[in-house]
Amino acid sequence: MDDSSALAISQKVRSGELKAVEVVEEAISRIDKGDALFHAFLHVSSELALERAAVVDEQIARGEDPGRLAGVPVALKDNLCTKGIPTTAASVILDGWVPPYDATVVSRLKEAGAVVIGKTNMDEFAMGSSTENSAFGITRNPRDPNRVPGGSSGGSAVAVAASFVPLALGSDTGGSIRQPAALCGVVGIKPTYGLVSRYGLIAFASSLDQIGPFAATVADAVTLLEVIAGHDSRDSTSLDRPAPSILGRLDEGVNGLRVGVVSELLEGADPAVVAKVRLAADVLANAGASVEETSIPVLSYSLPAYYLLAPAEASSNLARYDGVRYGLRVDAPDVESMNSKTREKGFGPEVKRRIMLGTYALSAGYYDAFYAQAQKVRTLVINSFSAAYENYDLLLSPTSPTTAFPLGSKIADPLSMYLSDICTIPSNLAGHPAMNVPFGTDGDGLPVGVQIMAPALGEEVMARAAAVLETAEPNLLENKG
Amino acid sequence: MSSLETERQSTSDHISAEEVIHVAKLARLQLSEEEVEKFTAQLATVLRYAGQVAALDTADVEPTAHPMAMVNVLREDLPKPGLDREEVLDQAPAVEGSFFKVPRIVAEE
Amino acid sequence: MGDDFETVIGLEVHCELATRTKLFCDCPNQFGDEPNTNVCPVCLGLPGSLPVLNKAAVEMAMRIGMALHCEIRPSVFHRKNYFYPDMPKDYQISQYDAPICVNGWLELPDGSTVGIVRAHLEEDTGKTTHVGDTGRIHDASYSLVDYNRAGIPLVEVVSAPDLRSGQQARQYVSELRAILLATGTSDGKLEEGSLRVDANISVRRRGRDELGTRCEIKNLNSLRSLARAIDYEAERQADLVRQGSEVVQETRHWSEDEGRTVPMRSKEEAFDYRYFPEPDLVVLAPEQQWVERVRLSLGLLPEERRKRLTRAINQSSPTAVSLGHGNVRGELEAENSSESGRAEAMASHVAKIVELGLDDLVLSAIESGADKRIAVMRAVNEAATDPERARQIDPGHFAKLVEMEHKGQVSATQAKIILGRMLEKGGGDPAAIAAEEGFSALSQDELVEVIDSVISANDDAWQRFISGDQAVGKFLVGQVMKATRGRADGRVVMELLTARSSS
Repeated sequence: MDDSSALAISQKVRSGELKAVEVVEEAISRIDKGDALFHAFLHVSSELALERAAVVDEQIARGEDPGRLAGVPVALKDNLCTKGIPTTAASVILDGWVPPYDATVVSRLKEAGAVVIGKTNMDEFAMGSSTENSAFGITRNPRDPNRVPGGSSGGSAVAVAASFVPLALGSDTGGSIRQPAALCGVVGIKPTYGLVSRYGLIAFASSLDQIGPFAATVADAVTLLEVIAGHDSRDSTSLDRPAPSILGRLDEGVNGLRVGVVSELLEGADPAVVAKVRLAADVLANAGASVEETSIPVLSYSLPAYYLLAPAEASSNLARYDGVRYGLRVDAPDVESMNSKTREKGFGPEVKRRIMLGTYALSAGYYDAFYAQAQKVRTLVINSFSAAYENYDLLLSPTSPTTAFPLGSKIADPLSMYLSDICTIPSNLAGHPAMNVPFGTDGDGLPVGVQIMAPALGEEVMARAAAVLETAEPNLLENKG
Repeated sequence: MSSLETERQSTSDHISAEEVIHVAKLARLQLSEEEVEKFTAQLATVLRYAGQVAALDTADVEPTAHPMAMVNVLREDLPKPGLDREEVLDQAPAVEGSFFKVPRIVAEE
Repeated sequence: MGDDFETVIGLEVHCELATRTKLFCDCPNQFGDEPNTNVCPVCLGLPGSLPVLNKAAVEMAMRIGMALHCEIRPSVFHRKNYFYPDMPKDYQISQYDAPICVNGWLELPDGSTVGIVRAHLEEDTGKTTHVGDTGRIHDASYSLVDYNRAGIPLVEVVSAPDLRSGQQARQYVSELRAILLATGTSDGKLEEGSLRVDANISVRRRGRDELGTRCEIKNLNSLRSLARAIDYEAERQADLVRQGSEVVQETRHWSEDEGRTVPMRSKEEAFDYRYFPEPDLVVLAPEQQWVERVRLSLGLLPEERRKRLTRAINQSSPTAVSLGHGNVRGELEAENSSESGRAEAMASHVAKIVELGLDDLVLSAIESGADKRIAVMRAVNEAATDPERARQIDPGHFAKLVEMEHKGQVSATQAKIILGRMLEKGGGDPAAIAAEEGFSALSQDELVEVIDSVISANDDAWQRFISGDQAVGKFLVGQVMKATRGRADGRVVMELLTARSSS
């Protein structure tokens, strides 16, 4: 176990070998020194973090167990409500807003002894794939500061990739955990829809959003998932089951599992990325899985359907930002003007585009052709996954069709940005779990990620396959062959 | 011609500037002229792409509103304390006494 | 409304439910608290908040639906999207094309039946106060918002366009309110806003099937306004059509002061609510067992109670007119002298008795053989002054009191006093109370003796009475009542005096 891993830290803090306060001080120091370049964090809550760490140390001193993540510093995407800590969703419209309550996942982290270090940068309201849509500045990829970290959870991915913190939480609506994980070279998991409570997650697209972990290792990511998952009575879409228990079975391997490599998702991907996916397939085969290519044609319609469904839900979820109860207000003589001016100033262009797209898709005369049709395509996608999972236990694909692209290279063309999510979106539509496993680098030294997908509640087999891939050394393997 | 085909024909992948202005009004977004022009073009592109969904035959397909089909999630009717009023009004852009204050609702003629 | 046109009315009634908490959060459902004290992240629409459905609200919606003979169906919640400061999320969670209750009907006391298209659940908005010269929205300089009521559960009941007059609409709302009270689902106070009525009104030439263009009338906050507004609007529309003009479809506001409807500025000009299924809630499909449990707990509905009481009254044969009885017949006759008038009066008494929840009391008295007319009148006149206490009275005691009056053991006046005591105490044996008070009615002979002595002692007055002075008759009756200490019946005394004066 790596010294810097969450599991190692919590073990040492619980045993008294390490003080939580020291751990947190070091994390804050690393951030102070290193984040000026990357800008992963929007807000570092040093005082609160040190207070919390002190409480953890006191508990240890009293012989109490603070929990599985005792003393572990965690970074939170800034769309997670944190009581007393500013939460902006990287938007001017929430600049200065301090939530009066904690998201359920935040409460669970605290109950497990974790220490919230700060809030990380993201694409505004989680809409984007590069973190370039933040109202408060971009975030840079630690592997190459002239490139994007991915998005929308870019800040959280970097916080882990730059070794500022061992654990971070992000949210994934169309790939916003997995894609930045791939571009930054870390593990990122999108759980089964409903496994993790959304209470306190600033909503983007309610039927697609899920909160999930970032970590440097599969074991750490799984641990964090176990801490935050499980039924929550405050979320009506929360599954009625407790958190899964996966960590203990992580090393059970993939012997006998059937793996399908999705050909539609290989199309259009960079050759370097495709090569790594095929290599991953070989690694799994050598570990005892049966692997073959498979075609799921309907998946090609996932992206168009997503870009009707997600903006539609978003247009409604973001209506509440009207300058009345919280956040920005631009004064005007009447309420309608006040709302319009406030939203005009408060929202960035991508958010406005999606609100308009969504409003249009729901509007009278267009609902059937756009929104309703997209819901039906969603059913077809779900059905085709079900059919696939009759023949396979897991599916394999690239996470992102490209490695990290240069800052500014896609921002002018929304559609080309949207295409970054082509591999990740299907699992959001289906509500299935999927994760990114970092798998070597391309010729430019940029991280390549491989996506493992599993059927609903298949987190265990998914993580087991990830663990197998994690132990391989892809660059060496590649050069051999 | 089936009704689905008729619908496909009538689904425009062109969105006009008027429609953009109308939609912006529904969404309470006050766009500048520049924005209207830019968004009209960008939305048209995206809609053309997203409109591909029309190509699929979904005549006998049920829409999916929720990926995980659940029913009857209910809560007992027991009151619990909520937020402290001070906390709530502290974050409000404008307050008068114990109320949220907003400009006049009906615009002057 | 002339004979040429027919009015077609549909009513949408919003009923605030009497749950302890709001529809989607644990905040108290309470009236009159300090502004913005019953709020939480959910009902304030704070970022990240999520709704969770109140089980009691669902049960109440089912009760209302069943009382209206509706089918209970699996249902879905939808978002109704529009901007308004009293809307915390700028969308309302409601039910659109898959409501929980459908296809019912409501039978009105006059025997007519009104179709119920649907009843569904939705959340209420906050309250805005307009600050300006008049407190009205049009000249306000700003507004203040209180979210205490945001998220309160509502059931909206939508009738078919089966109503044909303001009067019938009044009946419909009264009956609906009686059902809400009987099912314990709402306190149904129109004036206080826990019941809100919007009317959709159109007219058409008699004999036609197609519906005319309709207008929606809002701000009907009393039964009287409801009837007046409907009748006014119907006439306004008919006049337009008679003149060859068209009725414009619009929302109008009833001005009580001016006695007319006026066009209203629309809340949401584009009226495109962009309904879509609420992704934060799941399908509501109450299990058969639950539905049946609710149905069984429903008990008799007002309509059934009225029928039951009316049957009991009609079945018991008319008793012979006796001295004590004549008084009650007089009370009835004082209302209306015709047969149909009496029947109408009885129907109205039955309705009142049921509305006040006194039908069980009256029914058991009648079923045990007590005189039906006395039972009805004592319930309607005296027991009605304190229905809550009256419901606590032992039915056997009530029946006994009715019989005591019927048999002449106590006078009507005395019976009313005894009943008053029983109400005060929440019960009591009437015979014991009568003894305490020293009540007993006078026998016919005793009464004649007293009348004789009063006549002798008041010869002047008597002579004036004989010659036709009615006013002095009251004085004489008063003297008899004084002498008998209330043990006589005023009317009977007057009858006897009158009979004597003409003999």
